[in-house]
Amino acid sequence: MTQRQNYAGVAVTAPFSMPYQRYSIDTAHWWIARALRGSLDAAGLRPAEVDGFSVASFTLFPDTAVGLTQHLGLCPRWLDHIPMGGASASVSLRKAARAIQAGDVSIVACVSGDTNHIDSFRNLLSSFSRFAMDASYPYGYGGPNANFALLTDRYMQTYGATREDFGRLCVAQRENALRNPNALMKKPLTLDDYINARPIADPIALFDCVMPCAGSECFLMMSEEEAQRRELPYAIIGSTIERHNAHAEDDIQLRGGWTLDLDELYGMAECTPNDIDLLQTYDDYPVISMMQIEDLGFCDKGGAAEFVRSHDLTINGDFPHNTSGGQLSAGQAGAAGGFIGMVEAIRQVTGTADTTQVPDAKTAMVSGFGMINYDRGVCSSASIIKTGARA
Amino acid sequence: MIEALQLPPRKDPQKRTVSPTRPPEARSRASLGLSAAAAEGRFALQVCAECNAVQYPPRDACSNCIGTDLPWQNISPAGLLLADTVIQTSTKLYFRERTPWRMGTVKLDAGPVVLCHIHSDCKKNAPVTMLNRLDAAGQGVLLAIPTTRTTNMEDDPLLRALSADPKHRRILITDAWNPNTPALATALIEAGAAAVFVGESESWRPHPNRAALAQIDKVEVQPLDVTDTASVKKLAGEFGGKTDILINNARFMRPGGVLERGDTVFARDEMEVNYLGLMRLAQAFGPAMCGRTADGVNASAAWVNILSVNALSNSPDYGCFSASNAAAYSLSQSLRGEFRSAGLRVMNCFVGPTDDAWYQPLPPPKVLPAAVARSVVDGLKAGLEDVWCGDVAKDVRERWMRDAKVLEREMTTGVDGA
Amino acid sequence: MSTLETLAADIASGTVTIVDLTHTLDPDFPVIILPPEFGQCARFRMEEISAYDHRGPAWKWHNLTLSEHTGTHFDAPSHWISGRDVPNGAVDEIPVDAFVGPVIVIDCSAGVAENDDYELTPEVIQAWEAQHGTIPEDSWVLMRTDWSKRSGDLYLNMKEDGPHSPGPTPDGIRFLVEGRNIRGFGTETVGTDAGQGAHYTPPFPAHYILHGAGKYGLQCLANLDQLPPTGAILMAAPLKIKNGTGSPLRVLAMVNR
Repeated sequence: MTQRQNYAGVAVTAPFSMPYQRYSIDTAHWWIARALRGSLDAAGLRPAEVDGFSVASFTLFPDTAVGLTQHLGLCPRWLDHIPMGGASASVSLRKAARAIQAGDVSIVACVSGDTNHIDSFRNLLSSFSRFAMDASYPYGYGGPNANFALLTDRYMQTYGATREDFGRLCVAQRENALRNPNALMKKPLTLDDYINARPIADPIALFDCVMPCAGSECFLMMSEEEAQRRELPYAIIGSTIERHNAHAEDDIQLRGGWTLDLDELYGMAECTPNDIDLLQTYDDYPVISMMQIEDLGFCDKGGAAEFVRSHDLTINGDFPHNTSGGQLSAGQAGAAGGFIGMVEAIRQVTGTADTTQVPDAKTAMVSGFGMINYDRGVCSSASIIKTGARA
Repeated sequence: MIEALQLPPRKDPQKRTVSPTRPPEARSRASLGLSAAAAEGRFALQVCAECNAVQYPPRDACSNCIGTDLPWQNISPAGLLLADTVIQTSTKLYFRERTPWRMGTVKLDAGPVVLCHIHSDCKKNAPVTMLNRLDAAGQGVLLAIPTTRTTNMEDDPLLRALSADPKHRRILITDAWNPNTPALATALIEAGAAAVFVGESESWRPHPNRAALAQIDKVEVQPLDVTDTASVKKLAGEFGGKTDILINNARFMRPGGVLERGDTVFARDEMEVNYLGLMRLAQAFGPAMCGRTADGVNASAAWVNILSVNALSNSPDYGCFSASNAAAYSLSQSLRGEFRSAGLRVMNCFVGPTDDAWYQPLPPPKVLPAAVARSVVDGLKAGLEDVWCGDVAKDVRERWMRDAKVLEREMTTGVDGA
Repeated sequence: MSTLETLAADIASGTVTIVDLTHTLDPDFPVIILPPEFGQCARFRMEEISAYDHRGPAWKWHNLTLSEHTGTHFDAPSHWISGRDVPNGAVDEIPVDAFVGPVIVIDCSAGVAENDDYELTPEVIQAWEAQHGTIPEDSWVLMRTDWSKRSGDLYLNMKEDGPHSPGPTPDGIRFLVEGRNIRGFGTETVGTDAGQGAHYTPPFPAHYILHGAGKYGLQCLANLDQLPPTGAILMAAPLKIKNGTGSPLRVLAMVNR
């Protein structure tokens, strides 16, 4: 395989999170506009100065990124629509970085957002994918809860993880969320609360599940020169990977596509797991965060249960994880759920995370996972970003 | 172990009848192959014609070699239960009303991993047998059951919902005159039916089944003439609300094709009974049955037509009769569409020549009444849509599936002249 | 006063009463049963076209299905093979004065009560004439059996060897047709012939002899017990069906009280 080129010269900047709402009467278009405005304001840019636009959203129907350009009055020369849900942030980032490096585009707004009307989650499920429609939802219509219940069941059988182990991860994230004023979950969570929660799809209970909500996230990408000229704090890209439909031969998903590209991920970024100051996993259920901790090299396969027992996953702990509370405690705003970790990581390495700031964070890993097309998540992605210029 | 299902107490007249809800019906076109196999009770999956890889979920190109020729083939139903969950909450009303709902992941011996319903007696990491059954939306769904029979296993609510089991149900057989009626009534009672009502036309003349029916416990003979709208409406008015399964076995037949007959008198009678009779019954009984598909243990479950297999392809010896059955078959397809949203099944039992007076000149094999009864009861228990009763019916089905035009040519071969 | 003015006054005063000799057309009313490989007489059927509803908001009406020979009905000469060449043998051709005329009633009810296969013989007819006088030429002759009071499967009275019901012997009907030149013959049973009439020579003698001679038949009559042996007037006008071999009827009789 030819050596991949690095991402030198590209800046990631102006992270903006629109505070989430459980239900919204506004549309995805509205949410995306608000997040875009937030990032542009942070960078002192007018919409007309953006010549690249990358969108991830589930609820724009019947529109796509194309319709949004006319809707928002944008005139980009580079346009992308990323239909990869939880894996979309790294994918959006790496595509935009290459376009900037090649000179195809100057300033890219990467935005994701979704609304959540009463009943829109049910409607989203009913048309999510053809395989889900044919072969998953007719079986109890448990949605991702049921899918992840099966993965969790198998994971527990195979590796001996317990509900307490998953609970530790959730409790730590809630603790982080309590420091994030925009998180939907405001109440402390104890391990007892977690264990005794209402069952949803055994062994999954209430606090294993994310709460669907409305929200949006945005960041901008440009050359380092441009970011410096504008005096913006920014992150640089150490490496990125993406992979789809990996390990199709596995009967049940106990690992993701990261394992195929792990050496490259660390190699390109010239670092090791020990150099990662904080990890943002895609956390729609704790089992998938455990898998990421394993597959991204922080412990051996099957070792995540022991890892969470022996590490402190809070902001001030020895292994800061999902510092904004993650989706489990901040809410899952559709495709914005794929961006929440990236936008928080940009804040962390640029020193702008405020109440959730990990002291002296320089290197962050952001992992993405998405699209339960049938029985497993098909897409995986990850990025290592580093401090370019602090605030 | 499953508790035996009990005959429900009489319905509380102050309670509202539960409206039928349905599991998801939407499927891709490829996936409908599963429903087609379930209609006959077959466990079939797509198999790549190029590389023999077994496919699931149904698709348009092989996940092994991208071949696009993926015929459906019967597959070994053996598998291993890898993981399971009990869904406690669902956004889909049908399941929400039926939680807790067990589903899981089964690795098939044939290769693919399937998500499926799980019978409550299945054990984790133990072998299971797969069934492909039609659900209340009329679509094929996969269900894992234990490899060996367990006590009262068919009373599992999930399995019962995927059948039209006669147990505890009240069943109307429309024609006391048909030679198969006593056998049908007996078989249904033996299968646990709570009551069997038998419609009798022209009670002003004796018929050979009257004495036989009088001797079967739980059988009630009621006046019903499917050619008389008023009579059908009257019985539906009285019994429509407690008809859980309707078996239309009314038949008028005479031999002969178009030229042999020379008139339309018998043809009219055939259409009156075989076609319009079905329509009258559906118009009178259909609405009440559609309204009661969620009415507890003895909810309405199925509509059964007993049709000549020549509904599929005409046999000119019985050309006009075949045509009336083709009309009834076509109408049954309309009823499937019209009943679908209520979840009421339409099962067609296609029979070859039966062992009675009108087929007397034909050589064997012929279908005995007991065989018709067995086919109907087995079909109801398995929730089938298409049942093929007797060797001739199975043979015609095979030929029809292979090539309908070739079958037509075979059926219409002329007599060699000088 | 003219004859008709007198009649109208007598009807109004009840001196002359109108007796309905007709069964209700009902889907459940029996029809004649032939071996099943033969064509069968259509049962009476009624389909609603509309009933003050979406199919017709202000009116109710029905389509009817029935045979010429369903319910209380008229047999024309062309009904039988022996009468196929009789002039004016179809219901639309019969002169209308044949539809109104004198009627005599031979009461066989006592004998029928004893014997389902009771036969109307010349001797029975002659015994009646001994009491009531010779049957006038061109009269309707009705055979009273009280059979119309039967219902259900007792009406056809089907056994394994066929139906059992009363009717005329070949000599009996020949006596009426050839000896008395009657207008027609009527019964309370489903046909003018006895249930076992196929076994006479000729088979079905009433049909064969009546229609061969251009005479008419009436079947499925009711209320014959309300008619006097002599003196009543019968009105039985078939529908004017082109080439019709018979017709459902409303049969009325005028009776002096």
